[in-house]
Amino acid sequence: MSESQDILFRMLADPTRRAIFERLCREGEQTVGALTARAKVSQPAVSKHLGLLKEAGLVRDRHKGRQTHYSAQLSALAPLIDWTSQMTGFWQSRFDRLEDLLKRMDQ
Amino acid sequence: MNESATETLSVVVEREIPYPPEKIWRALTQPHLIAEWLMNNDFNAVVGHRFNLRGDWGGVLDCEVLAVEPNKTLSYTWNFAHADAAFNLESVVTFTLAPTDRGTRLRMEQSGFRPGQKQAYGGAKAGWQQFFTKLEQVLARTD
Repeated sequence: MSESQDILFRMLADPTRRAIFERLCREGEQTVGALTARAKVSQPAVSKHLGLLKEAGLVRDRHKGRQTHYSAQLSALAPLIDWTSQMTGFWQSRFDRLEDLLKRMDQ
Repeated sequence: MNESATETLSVVVEREIPYPPEKIWRALTQPHLIAEWLMNNDFNAVVGHRFNLRGDWGGVLDCEVLAVEPNKTLSYTWNFAHADAAFNLESVVTFTLAPTDRGTRLRMEQSGFRPGQKQAYGGAKAGWQQFFTKLEQVLARTD
């Protein structure tokens, strides 16, 4: 595993940190407050995770008034994304759905 | 076009499914059944038929039937046109069905990916969710 992959895996190995990152990926830019409201940890803990994610280049912050908005930097994940394995995942999940369908179909 | 554009990759997914080829063939070739497991479509199992696969992320794939051998082989193009060449995709999907003692060995090969393509159609939605699922599996193994 390359060093960049190693860092990313360590960053995302923590479930709370990964949940924060996934939320930013799926829902877009958010404030620390909004993220804390849905995390199971305190605001300082969320801030600490965001700081680590920022150091790893996985999130970017933007100051607006007294609020800091965080957004995911998907390009930072590039070292982890192998196109062919991603497509294999796509077809595996479609095959799962095909099997479900076959179960429901008449002979 | 740079020289890497001529290189292609392929993805193969194979699975033994406990149903006869004839039943799986129906799921691969009847539009209302294809829609249930793959995507909305106007497929017709006739060589030369052009159709679209419409993903729930809004992407539309341009396809053309290349080969039809009932209960054995089905092949069609799987192309995604995008203004940004990095997202352009020209590929061929081929399903092969082989009867086994317990049912059918279903093989899907998709070939034609260029290494330069970072993400395309499924990337936005299905891809990311699978990516995270895969990541969790990898993490579970690396403890």
